[in-house]
Amino acid sequence: MSNKLSPKERMAIERVHMPELPADVRNKNFEEVNLGLNSGQARKEAERCLQCKNRNCVAGCPVGVSIPEFIDALACEDLPRAAQILRGDNALPAVCGRVCPQETQCEALCVRGLKGEAVAIGYLERYVADWAMQHPDQLLPDAKPEPTGKSVAVVGCGPAGLTAAGELARQGHKVTIFEALHDTGGVLRYGIPEFRLPKDIIDREVSVLSALGVTIECNVIIGKTLTISELSDDFDAVFIANGAGLPTMLNIAGENLKGVYAANEFLTRVNLMEAGRREDSSTPILKRSEVAVIGGGNTAMDCVRTARRLGAERAMIVYRRGEAEMPARVEEIKHAKEEGVEFIMLTAPLAIVATEDGWVSALRCQKMELGPADDSGRRRPQPIVGSEFDLPAGIVINAVGTSANPLLTATAPNLSLNKWGNIVTNEEGETSIAGVFAGGDIVRGGATVILAMGDGKRAAAAINDYLKR
Amino acid sequence: MFEVLSNEILAENLHRMVLVAPRIARARKAGQFVMVRLAQGEERIPLTIGDADPEAGTITLFIQAIGASTRKIVDTPVGGFIRDVAGPLGKETHITNWGRVACVGGGVGTAVLFPLVKALAEAGNEITTIIGGRSGRYIILADELGPLSKNLLIATEDGSLGTKGFVTGPLAEMLADPQRAPRAVFAVGPVPMMKAVANMTREPGIETIVSLNPIMIDGTGMCGGCRVQVGKETKFACVDGPEFDAHLVDFDGLSDRLTSYRKEEAVRHAATDCKLVKEVAK
Ligand SMILES: Cc1cc2nc3c(=O)[nH]c(=O)nc-3n(C[C@H](O)[C@H](O)[C@H](O)COP(=O)(O)OP(=O)(O)OC[C@H]3O[C@@H](n4cnc5c(N)ncnc54)[C@H](O)[C@@H]3O)c2cc1C
Ligand SMILES: Cc1cc2nc3c(=O)[nH]c(=O)nc-3n(C[C@H](O)[C@H](O)[C@H](O)COP(=O)(O)OP(=O)(O)OC[C@H]3O[C@@H](n4cnc5c(N)ncnc54)[C@H](O)[C@@H]3O)c2cc1C
Ligand code: SF4
Ligand code: SF4
Ligand code: FES
Repeated sequence: MSNKLSPKERMAIERVHMPELPADVRNKNFEEVNLGLNSGQARKEAERCLQCKNRNCVAGCPVGVSIPEFIDALACEDLPRAAQILRGDNALPAVCGRVCPQETQCEALCVRGLKGEAVAIGYLERYVADWAMQHPDQLLPDAKPEPTGKSVAVVGCGPAGLTAAGELARQGHKVTIFEALHDTGGVLRYGIPEFRLPKDIIDREVSVLSALGVTIECNVIIGKTLTISELSDDFDAVFIANGAGLPTMLNIAGENLKGVYAANEFLTRVNLMEAGRREDSSTPILKRSEVAVIGGGNTAMDCVRTARRLGAERAMIVYRRGEAEMPARVEEIKHAKEEGVEFIMLTAPLAIVATEDGWVSALRCQKMELGPADDSGRRRPQPIVGSEFDLPAGIVINAVGTSANPLLTATAPNLSLNKWGNIVTNEEGETSIAGVFAGGDIVRGGATVILAMGDGKRAAAAINDYLKR
Repeated sequence: MFEVLSNEILAENLHRMVLVAPRIARARKAGQFVMVRLAQGEERIPLTIGDADPEAGTITLFIQAIGASTRKIVDTPVGGFIRDVAGPLGKETHITNWGRVACVGGGVGTAVLFPLVKALAEAGNEITTIIGGRSGRYIILADELGPLSKNLLIATEDGSLGTKGFVTGPLAEMLADPQRAPRAVFAVGPVPMMKAVANMTREPGIETIVSLNPIMIDGTGMCGGCRVQVGKETKFACVDGPEFDAHLVDFDGLSDRLTSYRKEEAVRHAATDCKLVKEVAK
């Protein structure tokens, strides 16, 4: 270890601030908000880490990244080693460093957070991953595995599928990913906006997989173009990671008016189809000066910040609980506020009001107050009688959530599902069909990138064992 | 990449295109469609699989070039490629032997109707096909539909071919005659046409199926953009349809949603117009 500094000296260093594009510049473009640390900042932040024996932080990471070890390598300025340690634990570090909810995971358990601020593990992870992408020549090459002669089909090219594919290819298996859309990445591409996660990061991660010999076939919809049983016949094992792509409807009056979007549609138009982002995109997107987004999660933040960038003067979050209950990452909420997003809290939608010619004109709302805690421990919002009001809006976006899409599962009758339509698996990710594994949002319901990746990694290990049987 | 094997003009702005797509050709059933994206930066649009040859590994699309995307697609020459074709999507048509059925097609709806007529004929139905258009120049697929149908009736608005008027004319005559009244009706075409047919068959209680054409993006039930009101429920046409019980569909809501991007479409349409004019000028 690089222990040139005493614990006291380490404790004296203050947490780094992430350099950002100024709020009044970035709320008009789609460039990445967080600019990344420079080498001095990264090294200094790395020195804040106390290299604890207990490694509390590692327990907070769903894939158990060797946090003190990679941070130590960084503090010693041995970036190739830092990158190699990170890669060994996490297939998509450049993604996780940017989008993990660190404040509830690794950083939540960092001892430095007990008195003061946690080590900025996410920023450091991003720094190392970005360095690795820029310096491929300095990385230790992946050992070329012996081909096993076994083949695996992966359904879905989101974080779970990409992770599993990488792990399996490194074991020497022949991997083919089948993706329904015309491009890779899953939610990373069509959901999370460019200003949080530049798309060339996904392209680079995908090219690493291609270099490992993974084949990616887009425009193949499993359940429609090919079935799970056909995949079982043609491959030695199957991993299903088709995500949770089915929007939950609000079921309120006016939901089918012109100007009402489900979050997936709004984000897909802008992210995957590049509507409103590129002059030459052929896909249209509506722009209005008043946009109301219903919901309090990451999806809602992404929608409202996108609407702001498309020119909305009033870009509003309408959420039925309070700010403390919002599930979105703390950083997204902070950034949204800086960018001029309005937060209308303790407010529930009742109906969407129309103009004479069928366009949205307002969101009819009701004020709420917080009652006693419910089963999830969150205080349940209750309506305040007589508090109805109309919030003027030209676009309403429903970002209340998604659930399992039945397109694939409906055509695989032997696959056990739970009552919400999620695929049931054992600890290792094996489903009710022998040789068919599943993971990510299709198993968990809408969760996080790193949980999906953890599933991909675990399932890949189980598939590897299964193929040796 | 999907190679274009042939591309013929059947009528003004109406192309028949054959593509190499072996997996889709094998899996496809009547009533299903594909999502097509010509190239990077282009829109994804839904097009019905008009026909398929599983042995040859080809699918046939009938494309009416009405706007920017469809125009660019039909401009792809033989030997050229379409970047993305995904499918088959949507539910297959529920086919049984009803006995006497009427199949009504208007405009490009006739192309969407063609695979249904074929499947209904194979199931042994006695089919009266009624197709219509503005004038004789817009009547398509008469030669293909004729041999599959017991009767083929044509209606044109200007009377230049068949009877003068709308397709609803000959249908009304059928419905009025107990000897000819159909047990089921399939109608595909512009929304006002489908709505009119639904209103005619509601009272006599004749099962009527329409194929809806809302705006779609992914075609897999992921975005919710294609939603339509059917009875009391909101349905996603790409996965729950595109065919629905005509007597339950909210046609007014559907037509209204179809106008969501009218302004944006007009701009793009004008842009492709200018390009065509410029190319002709060269
Ligand atoms: C807008 C938004 C913002 C988010 N922000 C964050 C964040 O900041 N941090 C975080 O940790 N998490 C975030 N999440 C959640 C996170 O993105 C998901 O939990 C994660 O992407 C799930 O990964 P997955 O691999 O299971 O599925 P997905 O990413 O959904 O990928 C599934 C893939 O399978 C494809 N597919 C679907 N059906 C089929 C089929 N039948 N055949 C073939 N392919 C198919 C899909 O097209 C898709 O590409 C966000 C989610 C959304 C929607
Ligand atoms: C299930 C289904 C099957 C179809 N089958 C056929 C077919 O076999 N042959 C055929 O010629 N047409 C078919 N259509 C219609 C075809 O998709 C549209 O004509 C096409 O998208 C128009 O695009 P454009 O850019 O050329 O025209 P635009 O000028 O953009 O639009 C013209 C019209 O098409 C509608 N439209 C625009 N974009 C879309 C979209 N992404 N999805 C759906 N509609 C849209 C608009 O509301 C407008 O009314 C089908 C539609 C659906 C939903
Ligand atoms: S993967 Fe996510 S949770 Fe794990 S250490 Fe990295 S940022 Fe933290
Ligand atoms: S808990 Fe915090 S200080 Fe301790 S090793 Fe982990 S990151 Fe470093
Ligand atoms: S087109 Fe997206 S849900 Fe139907």
